[in-house]
Amino acid sequence: MGILGIASLIALPVVVVASYGFQPAGEVWQHLANTVLTDYVSNSLILMAEVAIGTLLLGVSTAWLTTMCRFPGRRIFEWALLLPMAMPAYIIAYTYTGMFDVAGPIQSSLREWLNLQYGEYWFPDIRSLWGAGAMLSLTLYPYVYLLSRAAFLEQSVCVLEVSRSLGNGPWRTFFRVALPLARPAVVAGLSLALMETLADYGTVQYFGIATFTTGIFRTWFGMDDSAAAAQLSTALLVFVFTLVLLERWSRRKMRYHHSGQRHQSLPGFVLQRHQKFGAILICSCTLFFGFLLPAGQLAYWAVKTRYMINADFLQLTLNTISLAAGTALLALLLALLMGYGRRLSPDRFTISAVRVAGMGYAVPGTVIAVGVMLPFAWIDNSVDHWMQMQFGISTGLLLSGTLVALVSAYLVRFLAVSLQTVEAGLGKIKQTIDESARTLGATPGQVLGKIHLPMLKGSLLTAILLVFVDVMKELPATLVLRPFNFNTLAVRAFELASDERLMDSASAALTIVLAGILPVILLSRSIRNSRDKNDTPT
Amino acid sequence: MKSSVKLAILTTTLTLSASAMATEVNVYSARKEALIKPLLDQFTSASGIKVNLVTGKADALLKRLKSEGANSPADLFITTDAGRLHRAKEADVLQPISSEKLDAAIPASYRDPEGYWHGLSVRARVITYIKDKVDPKSLSSYEGLADDKWKGRICIRGSGNIYNQSLVASMIEANGEAATQAWAEGFVSNFARPPKGGDRDQVKAAAAGVCDLAIVNTYYLGAMIHSKDENERTAASKVALFWPNQSDRGAHVNISGAGITKSSKNKDAAIKLMEFLASDESQAWYASVNHEYPVKSGVEWSATLKTWDTFKADSLNLSQLGKNNPTAVKLMDKAGWK
Repeated sequence: MGILGIASLIALPVVVVASYGFQPAGEVWQHLANTVLTDYVSNSLILMAEVAIGTLLLGVSTAWLTTMCRFPGRRIFEWALLLPMAMPAYIIAYTYTGMFDVAGPIQSSLREWLNLQYGEYWFPDIRSLWGAGAMLSLTLYPYVYLLSRAAFLEQSVCVLEVSRSLGNGPWRTFFRVALPLARPAVVAGLSLALMETLADYGTVQYFGIATFTTGIFRTWFGMDDSAAAAQLSTALLVFVFTLVLLERWSRRKMRYHHSGQRHQSLPGFVLQRHQKFGAILICSCTLFFGFLLPAGQLAYWAVKTRYMINADFLQLTLNTISLAAGTALLALLLALLMGYGRRLSPDRFTISAVRVAGMGYAVPGTVIAVGVMLPFAWIDNSVDHWMQMQFGISTGLLLSGTLVALVSAYLVRFLAVSLQTVEAGLGKIKQTIDESARTLGATPGQVLGKIHLPMLKGSLLTAILLVFVDVMKELPATLVLRPFNFNTLAVRAFELASDERLMDSASAALTIVLAGILPVILLSRSIRNSRDKNDTPT
Repeated sequence: MKSSVKLAILTTTLTLSASAMATEVNVYSARKEALIKPLLDQFTSASGIKVNLVTGKADALLKRLKSEGANSPADLFITTDAGRLHRAKEADVLQPISSEKLDAAIPASYRDPEGYWHGLSVRARVITYIKDKVDPKSLSSYEGLADDKWKGRICIRGSGNIYNQSLVASMIEANGEAATQAWAEGFVSNFARPPKGGDRDQVKAAAAGVCDLAIVNTYYLGAMIHSKDENERTAASKVALFWPNQSDRGAHVNISGAGITKSSKNKDAAIKLMEFLASDESQAWYASVNHEYPVKSGVEWSATLKTWDTFKADSLNLSQLGKNNPTAVKLMDKAGWK
């Protein structure tokens, strides 16, 4: 029952927004259908397809290589490949535009050297639909990488060996055995990436691509029609919900845990020379385009401008990190509660409540912010009213405009991330283990503490890291819900960038990235160690 | 309910709300921190009144004001674009004020007739052209940009942007909806490329040879001229500014401005802050830091503004922009303005 309550609370803002949709929306729909709706739908779908292909290719291949193969630099790639995650997508979009746009240094020098005019040569236009897909893939592939790597680490080597001994080659083993076994994790990573793609506003807006999300903003604020905007948001949610259900349905009868009792050390395939070269090339290209190149550009700008690096900056960093860490822990706690709620009492109500609670991730931050704002303001104003009636005292706003409201919005938006990760981890623990433990007299709490926690450690850390980094980057909800005189790095970076002061925004953007590096390294290490511990023979 | 429980609730809420007692001004600002905080700090050191600030996107802040209702802590709502100020007035979150200082400083066309909001700085949306390629005599007005001779030669940002929406809203007011629709279709067919990026990007694209004309707000051009980025300075040096519609209604201008919220608990201090923002020093600050025009006449213009010469501004009552905004957005959709 408690689980149901929490899930409903988390789902409330999404429901609030959807409820706007019941107001009549006038002739806006007719207008949209006649003019831009086809663009919204087709652009969003193409973008999703691009990001799906991009993140799967980059994420799964690098995860497999760094987990299963031996090649020079592997230990560095293991954590370094996570770094692009700390890069907000719109920032990477700005830096790439700065470099590759018509007016950027590369095309300018090209024109100068070859003595060409604009239009006399072909150059890929970075600010296009494929460009947006590339930007989002480069910043979102770490979701797939992280979760599939965790899955590969947990995989039983015996299964792979059996496959090889039955005559499957390494490729076939990968595609027929390892990948299907890792499917829940890969899909969890992919759906996070796709939900974030749907919610993205900064990148597509800067690139001039009309998607469903830009359409929601346009309808809401430009045409001042909140009902039609809410209906658009709801349509988006239904679409996401359907996708998630379809995927679950397609693997409804499968279970993904191993029945073997023994884990061995990972094989560490020794690669031949050209294979080593290939592995290094794949990993370093991903790292280069996803992180080194844009971070290098930011560093160059930051050094050049030295904008706003002062005591104030330390406060910003502190605000950002404590907010991110606090939210990450809270989100993990809630995700554990819900994950277990589903596992222990898998009734339909609980399951669908948990599903709806995870929908917030696909909703643009501003929409969530409004969904959070309304119920909080309602509670505050009701309390105030009651106090006025009882004591003649005005209490004002107790929760609105405080960190409570802000953290709630983060939870609504990012709970999906920790939930997906925790569930992917839980899915790997056989129900029979629970049953044996319970038969031997362990309480549910003991099962959790003594058996699940050690087995889940990798997934839990992953969940913390993902939410931590997401909160650090979060912008729209932070902007509108934060208390007076409270800023974060993302707010600072955005304000300058949106004022088209790209170079000045570099120092704040770079600090977000730097602040993300340390936890990334620490967590990557613990995730690896989680495997080592499990390796001890039982 | 038991009285002890009541007492407990009473004491906790009292402690929680005690912080709201001191004289302070709480500001919700859609102007970015870098463009408002320095002025607020000056105000604090001059008056001793503390200013608390939240910045954000105008529409979202307005939603926050609205949902917080009578208990909102905000005293002052600062935003760019008159359309949004008008929307705040319509949403019933502002209150009218009368201040002799403000009325004397701010011309009537830049404030709400009933005193719900006051403009604090002015910006114009102008045509810039590549000096080597365009004879300024071939330019005349926004309307003239739909002419076939500009086919493939115009850069402008997307229609999701409020500056473009306001420009079209002002044209709807001047020429009517049907004529503006026809104009927009011609104008869009003259675009050199699908709209992308911000205002500065249009000037950079023009300088790189993508187009010959770029539509841009004056302060962006000013910022480019003084940019730390050499590429921006070079690009800005290749274009010149043309004031459109000088022989008829004047160039399209917009404002940034502020209004006192309906829920304000520190109204006097908030009015004091607004008067400070309309004072000579503050007005000169806008010009020197962000290359905006002062609303107050008689304030010395910065050197950059002087190089652009004086101009005739559209005298349209700016609240009209807010009223026409939804029509403008739909009109741009129909014209295929991405």
